[in-house]
Amino acid sequence: MTFTITELRVTIRGTEILRGVDLDVQKGQVHGVAGESGSGKTMTGLAVLGLLPHGAVASGRVELAGRDLLGLPDKDLGRVRGNEIAMVFQDPATSLHPMLSVGRQLTEHMRSHLGLSRAEARERAAELLAKVRIPGPAEALTRYPHQFSGGMRQRIAIAVALACDPQVLIADEPTTALDVTVQAGILRLLRGLCDELGLAIMLITHDLGVMSAIADEVSVMRSGAVVESGPRDTVLRAPSHPYTRSLLEALP
Amino acid sequence: MRRLPQAWRRLPEAWRRPLAVTGGIMALAWVVIALAAPLLAPHDPLAQDLPRLAGPGPGHWFGTDQLGRDILSRVVYGARVSLPLTLLLVALSVLIGGLLGAIAGYFGRWADEAIMRLADLVFAFPTIILAMVVAAALGPSLGNAVLAVLVVAWASYARVSRGLVLAVRGQEYVLSGRLLGFSTWRSLRVDVLPNVTGPILVLATLDMGTALLLLSGLSFLGLGAKPPSAEWGAMVASGVEVFDSWWVATFPGLAILTVVLAFNFLGDTLRDALDPRTARAIKERAL
Amino acid sequence: MSPTSVPSDVTALRDRVRRLRPFAGFLARRVLIAVLLAWGITLVTFVLTNMVPGDPVAANLGQRALGDETIVAQWRAEHGLDKSPPEQYLMHLQALLHGDLGMSQQSHRPVGDDLAEFVPATLELAGVAIVVSLVLGVAFGMIAALRRDRPADHALRMLSLIGISVPTFWLALLAFYVFFYRLQLTPGSGRVDPGLGAPESVTGLHTVDAALAGQWDVFASALGHLILPALVLSLYTIALLTRFTRSAVLEVLGQDHVRAGRAKGLPRRVILRSYVLRSALVPIITVAGLAFGSLLSGTVLVEAIFAWPGIGQYAYKSATTLDLPAIMGVGLVVGIVYLVINLIVDVLYGVIDPRVRLR
Repeated sequence: MTFTITELRVTIRGTEILRGVDLDVQKGQVHGVAGESGSGKTMTGLAVLGLLPHGAVASGRVELAGRDLLGLPDKDLGRVRGNEIAMVFQDPATSLHPMLSVGRQLTEHMRSHLGLSRAEARERAAELLAKVRIPGPAEALTRYPHQFSGGMRQRIAIAVALACDPQVLIADEPTTALDVTVQAGILRLLRGLCDELGLAIMLITHDLGVMSAIADEVSVMRSGAVVESGPRDTVLRAPSHPYTRSLLEALP
Repeated sequence: MRRLPQAWRRLPEAWRRPLAVTGGIMALAWVVIALAAPLLAPHDPLAQDLPRLAGPGPGHWFGTDQLGRDILSRVVYGARVSLPLTLLLVALSVLIGGLLGAIAGYFGRWADEAIMRLADLVFAFPTIILAMVVAAALGPSLGNAVLAVLVVAWASYARVSRGLVLAVRGQEYVLSGRLLGFSTWRSLRVDVLPNVTGPILVLATLDMGTALLLLSGLSFLGLGAKPPSAEWGAMVASGVEVFDSWWVATFPGLAILTVVLAFNFLGDTLRDALDPRTARAIKERAL
Repeated sequence: MSPTSVPSDVTALRDRVRRLRPFAGFLARRVLIAVLLAWGITLVTFVLTNMVPGDPVAANLGQRALGDETIVAQWRAEHGLDKSPPEQYLMHLQALLHGDLGMSQQSHRPVGDDLAEFVPATLELAGVAIVVSLVLGVAFGMIAALRRDRPADHALRMLSLIGISVPTFWLALLAFYVFFYRLQLTPGSGRVDPGLGAPESVTGLHTVDAALAGQWDVFASALGHLILPALVLSLYTIALLTRFTRSAVLEVLGQDHVRAGRAKGLPRRVILRSYVLRSALVPIITVAGLAFGSLLSGTVLVEAIFAWPGIGQYAYKSATTLDLPAIMGVGLVVGIVYLVINLIVDVLYGVIDPRVRLR
């Protein structure tokens, strides 16, 4: 299985935000997408799921298991979202629904995508929470996001994303909003899940330190296009593009 | 708050929208009607020399009432009663409410408690019931009706201006001014006041409509304008007795509707033209 | 860490109680504030009705009696007007605590009896109106927000601006003229056809009482009489809630968790109901609570046109005759209704938003 983005272009009111992005994420690999803010990293992730903001138009190809997602009608895309491709957002304080219990947020899409019964879904939800190392998973299901710490919330958000056994996980700056002390734990968790479940992870981050910690492949984006791509060590140790070099030099 | 001047500069664009243009034209038209009433009205608004309860037709386009007065002329002259009173009413509410709210927000502590709890009490009563009791106690007259509405109208300005003053007071440039040793009065006047006026102005525009509705409501109940006076609310009330002569109540009611609508169109436009944060502060009491 | 590490029932229960305690405290605080406000209301109504220049003696005694000093003095003593204001207030409070609201000088009946008769009529009218307003206002607001900047949105914005600009008393008269007088689609004034008579009073709400008694002809008549005034009354609040729901929903639509919900592939209807509407409900309910107050204002005007024997009419009559006990009674009832509404709104906050309910 491969997940391939080819020549992805996004235009908002005449302005081209993405100018032909090419990415290729392999099963069991973490593909890091780096670049400064405004380079189009997040927009790429949203375009894949058809979640672009009002007025944005996408063209190109987003291929998963032989299908072009951009051409899918919204109803079919709804079956891909959360089911085959899941997403983890930057700030778990806002990306989790503050008024729904953790159990509800973990089970609602399982029930609609996988057709599980309430009891089956809850059982699987508790297993998922255990997998992302939430203490007391069964009890945690009855609680609400605000009753957890930031790191725990992001673990819950990851569990939500994994609930339907997706093939692809798009993680958009998953550690940026968290304390430095819990960042490493989240990254280890993502790496572990990638190896264990054979996930293809597209990790969007502006932090090259994060990148070097867990990525297999690295793509560097600048103003809506990928300027350099390759294995982590090649790109980070011997960058060929001057922009990548300047990013690396900016590291402390 | 600092974006306020910029918002004002954006106004011309906002004014070009249909809603703003319609509102502007209607408001302007009513001002002209009020000013030029003697020239525009075909009859003496008080003269009872026409056939009684005649339907709309040549010579009396809005019909006549049960005393044989020309309704068109009375509606035209009504603008001279309602518009200045509404303006006066809102100006007084802004002044009193804004000042009290600013005092509450700036000095805090007991002043804040006392003023805001008083405002809470005012909010606890349906406006018209409180105004009705005050108007009835003072005796029915237009002036007393204005006073009665004032009793309920100041509170919303107090809330908004308190909130704005609190927000501005915490800003760095105000704090630094105080650190530099500027007096309380100076910091109120120079740092706080200019930032509060924009939102209050929007609120006042939106409130014009509410004020007119309340004022004419009191007159409708017989607690405002006295009989011969050509006041719109009282004119609608006189139409209740002869409701099969629909024109008696319909036209003065339309006058109220169009004036209120004009102010609401303008207020809505002004609010849109302001920056989102100020807009939210106003929205919190957009009732 | 296995998923089977379920705490025992007792611990779970204790845990739940511990987490709910802040909400109980929050509610207790609200109730206390409500009681204080209720006391404040008695004080304000008392001050308002006593410190104003209007003369209740002149308003209640005929011209001849006014000339007779003994009658005036007797009347004043009867109503406690010969005592100092603080004494009068204490007497008033004491009587209130015993459920005695005084005698109406106008109806010559205990104010409590008057209120018991008139309050249900208004509650029935305002209750129907607030339900109609919530259903239509929220629906219109959602439609406007989801069709942002499209014709439906522009039309609804225009209509809601008109809705908040229409003088209620004028609309009531116009509606009465068109639907009753001209089209004869609705019954005339009052709560029920005079020929049928009111149902036996249990709740005081004619529709409910008629249904309880199984008098379906009375029920139909009462409902028919309700429709037009309730619709007239609700127009303003429908418009208000439309405007508010629109802006609340627009704000929510841009929030992260809605986008996250869509990324989960949830059906559109689930997103709209559980993610968008649920989140927008807190501001909507706040405004609905305030809107109920403006509904009560509207009843004064609407009841006048439809001859609806409710608290609005009673308030109007007592205000114009300076019937002090009646005015204070109305003030108290209205204040209490307001406080109850606020309390309901506070409880709903807790029901909707676990962040209010749980720590």
